[in-house]
Amino acid sequence: MNILSFFVLIPLLMLLGLWLSRSLNQVRGVMVVGSSALLLLSIYLTIDYLGLRSAGATEEMLYTDSYMWYAPLHICYSIGVDGISVAMLLLSGIIVFTGTFASWKLKPLTKEYFLWFTLLSLGVFGFFISTDLFTMFMFYEVALIPMYLLIGVWGSGRKEYSAMKLTLMLMGASAFLLCGILGIYYGSGAQTMNVLEIAALHNIPLDLQRIFFPLTFLGFGVLGALFPFHTWSPDGHASAPTAVSMLHAGVLMKLGGYGCFRVAMYLMPEATQELGWIFLVLTTISVVYGAFSAVVQTDLKYINAYSSVSHCGLVLFALLMMTRTSCTGAILQMLSHGLMTALFFALIGMIYGRTHTRDIREMSGLMKIMPFLSVGYVIAGLANLGLPGLSGFIAEMTIFVGSFENADTFHRVCTIIACTSIVITAVYILRVVGKILFHTVKNPHHLELTDATWDERFAVICLIIAVAGLGMAPFWVSDMLHDSVNTILSAHLSILK
Amino acid sequence: MDYSYTILILLLPMLSFIVLGLAGMRMQHKVAGAIGTAVLGIVAVLSYATAYFYFGNGRSADGTYEKLMPYNFEWLPFTSNLHIDLGILLDPISVMMLIVISTVSLMVHIYSFGYMKGEKGFQRYYAFLSLFTFSMLGLVVATNIFQMYIFWELVGVSSYLLIGFYYTKPEAVAASKKAFIVTRFADLGFLIGILIYGYYAGTFTFEPETQMLIAAGGMMPWALGLMFVGGAGKSAMFPLHIWLPDAMEGPTPVSALIHAATMVVAGVYLVARMFPIFIAYAPEVLHWIAYLGVLTAFYAAAVACVQTDIKRVLAFSTISQIAFMVVALGVCIGADTHEGLGYMAGMFHLFTHAMFKALLFLGAGAIIHAVHSNEMSAMGGLRKYMPITHITFLIACLAIAGIPPFSGFFSKDEILAACFQFSPVVGWMMSIIAGMTAFYMFRLYYGIFWGKENKELHAHHTPHEAPLSMSFPLMFLAAVTCVSGFIPFGHFVSSNGQAYDIHLNAQVAITSVCIAIVAIVLATFMYMKEQQPVADKLAATFKTLHRAAYRRFYMDEIWMFVTKKIIFRCISTPLAWFDRHAVDQFFNFTAWSANASADEVRGMQSGKIQSYCIWFLIGALAFTVMLLLV
Repeated sequence: MNILSFFVLIPLLMLLGLWLSRSLNQVRGVMVVGSSALLLLSIYLTIDYLGLRSAGATEEMLYTDSYMWYAPLHICYSIGVDGISVAMLLLSGIIVFTGTFASWKLKPLTKEYFLWFTLLSLGVFGFFISTDLFTMFMFYEVALIPMYLLIGVWGSGRKEYSAMKLTLMLMGASAFLLCGILGIYYGSGAQTMNVLEIAALHNIPLDLQRIFFPLTFLGFGVLGALFPFHTWSPDGHASAPTAVSMLHAGVLMKLGGYGCFRVAMYLMPEATQELGWIFLVLTTISVVYGAFSAVVQTDLKYINAYSSVSHCGLVLFALLMMTRTSCTGAILQMLSHGLMTALFFALIGMIYGRTHTRDIREMSGLMKIMPFLSVGYVIAGLANLGLPGLSGFIAEMTIFVGSFENADTFHRVCTIIACTSIVITAVYILRVVGKILFHTVKNPHHLELTDATWDERFAVICLIIAVAGLGMAPFWVSDMLHDSVNTILSAHLSILK
Repeated sequence: MDYSYTILILLLPMLSFIVLGLAGMRMQHKVAGAIGTAVLGIVAVLSYATAYFYFGNGRSADGTYEKLMPYNFEWLPFTSNLHIDLGILLDPISVMMLIVISTVSLMVHIYSFGYMKGEKGFQRYYAFLSLFTFSMLGLVVATNIFQMYIFWELVGVSSYLLIGFYYTKPEAVAASKKAFIVTRFADLGFLIGILIYGYYAGTFTFEPETQMLIAAGGMMPWALGLMFVGGAGKSAMFPLHIWLPDAMEGPTPVSALIHAATMVVAGVYLVARMFPIFIAYAPEVLHWIAYLGVLTAFYAAAVACVQTDIKRVLAFSTISQIAFMVVALGVCIGADTHEGLGYMAGMFHLFTHAMFKALLFLGAGAIIHAVHSNEMSAMGGLRKYMPITHITFLIACLAIAGIPPFSGFFSKDEILAACFQFSPVVGWMMSIIAGMTAFYMFRLYYGIFWGKENKELHAHHTPHEAPLSMSFPLMFLAAVTCVSGFIPFGHFVSSNGQAYDIHLNAQVAITSVCIAIVAIVLATFMYMKEQQPVADKLAATFKTLHRAAYRRFYMDEIWMFVTKKIIFRCISTPLAWFDRHAVDQFFNFTAWSANASADEVRGMQSGKIQSYCIWFLIGALAFTVMLLLV
């Protein structure tokens, strides 16, 4: 059996195991075994992939496989991975694993919670291994639906409103997406839904591309928090339980960037060249707008959600810059943002679980009370503002160097505007760090709080290791991404010539 | 000569940071301090050895010292010719900086044993010191501009962490935040400069191909100018200097190490590093930098004359002295040793200043340790209580005032000579500012050790001489200050690498010494006695000016206005409002209108037979009418 199918099979087995389990310990057992298996599998896949590549495998995708499951529309269960999807699978593996530990003590309805959580992971993993448009879309929907219940049932604050808003907006986006996919399928005239084969045919007429590129890009872009369709994200993140925020910001938002690149830009290069600038303007706005909006927020999760708008905006921004370096930077930024936002949300969840408030005006001096969580928070903050040695720096620098290769004034101006976000990021990160961690303790009740427990420490340490690992030794990831990015961009580069 | 051991100079402080950071909390104070200090001791020995071998090995055939790269590996590839490398570059200025950093850092490590004794977070303090030393060493040995940027950011963060060391103090938290954000803002310029440089020069190394530079034409001055913005932020050039005085909230040894001797000269080092390109492709930018330096030097000297917090006086004196170095680099008009005299002079001053300014700060630390206050009003007459501190502080004051034979005289004399060579106006202005330096330093000296003693406070708590761990670094640095002026610096560092014999320009030397002596006499006349009628009268006569200078000419207020009012109130708040009330409401409205129209339509599906009948009849009627009409 293909190694990739295990990414779907393991969550399915986990679902079965959860369904059969009778006690809390059994539920936890299933989750730990399953998510560790997924993590190990993704690490193994990464190593094996790098091994195959260095042994000289030159195909665009490795481990490809295909089973027909609906012949009239040529819908196949086609799978395969290149460097980009391997990186995303590794990211998802880490986040699902740490997310399990971050929701270790979640109550009530623990079993049901983990059922939906696993279903969500199933959708995410399935999406990243698929190469068939329809299968991809199906997994995308599988990942969306559990979100509604996870936020609506286990969330906090205005959870029903947020859950509804998030679901409706993302569903609306997937309606666009479905149109786009159908347009690609019929427009290409291919007898297949396989992305690779459609790309190889490369015969979608330009006038159809002009219609379906915006639809597809927008469909995925909403998930990537593209301005002005980002507003589901602050409310959604704020209301979601910890591990769901982690998975959502860490992985689900990456589906957007990944889809934009793999589907919209890959299959419709001419329209991307022609219409990309419109979206480039929107993403540039996203980057700065998100950062400025984060400066005045008072809720920890809102700050992070707006920061995500800014950082995910940078992903789409870099993709639309369409140079090899900038696109590699975009994928690096997805990885880096996934890890550091997951870390952030995990820590915020843990702090909230103790102080029962996320309002930064009501907290101070946490460094004295919970040194472990506070140090973790500082590290996450420094990663977010792009400190060298942590993951944010390499991603941002790759993006900026790559974007600067476009020598015309329009791209230059966009790049410089996007660069200013590094200053504003520093402003909102240090504002929060200064307010909640430093100073003396104002609220006497907070003095009785305790520092992180073992399961929380474990989750935080895993994420910090990942963030620092990526930040200190970036060369292997960037090598892995380079060739795959090149393949996808080759059509663009040939147009430019 | 094999320089592969130099990697230890970087790795050891990093390891020390990791060990102290992870396990420090479980260690005793002494153990943690000993680890940090021992590591720095080894680093210092290795740095001295490197300098000894490097300069001892002699020059290559063209009369310069060879540039060596014992290590250089590709860390992050971008394109085929653009990549970030990490490595070690040995050339005269980087070797010189290794000596400066390791010496001052070692002294600060030893000193902190006494100064920080019993402080909570002692281990954390040593961990951060190690992190800083690692980053600063990495910055100076950078083999390319991007490596420099990486370590540039790392020193920024170490500085942030150390300024905010007393994190329960609101002033310290605010100061650390301000320092980081102001320098980050400047680093934006640096980053864009690097991007332009990388694109047009086709490389991030310091030696791009000449034809690329020529082809870049008008873009090189932009690239270098923007890079200097980053340097101006770190080196506290006007108007980006505002973070440095506030940074004095950190522990005093930290001020000595980071905010006097090493990190703040990073901007000067950057200009020196890019000097060959500056002088060949953007000399006019270099001269603008010189003018900015003159302005900064004057501004800071003027403010330093009226401050009452001794660390603030020293902070402004640092700003002013760094501006001297910047001016020195800026007034170069050519690359050869004579036209590029300023290059040598600036680097020389960097070296001597690091030693005597660290001495001043450590001395100030000893005084603060003794009287538990930063304010001059709590001091006065301390010379009888603290003889060692008194003598060493006096030596440093004489050095910074430019009195021979102390080190500051020699380096400052070269700077003034270079200025006169560039333009007499700049030369005279700098001479006057040098006189102001002598004045405010002796005002400080008399205010602390002579003048009116605060007997009430001192009776309550008698000031005492510092312990040996603190006085040893003072004596060591004082000794260095006494002799380092006689180092034939031009033989090691010069603008084109050729040996240059420093010869005192008699005219300049006599003028500057005269001005300094007059300033010192004036300060003695005004501040030595217990009663200071002249000073009080002057302050009363020029009340507005005095007040404006005391408030640093309101630069902080202007910055607060820009950040708080403009960014916070005028951009962020409206944007956040727009997001909640326009973008969000639009989608809420969409949802609401779908809901409302559904409500309307729902009325028809009422389940009442009567209403169905009516609708049926109306429909049928309408249909009939339509048919009839057609």
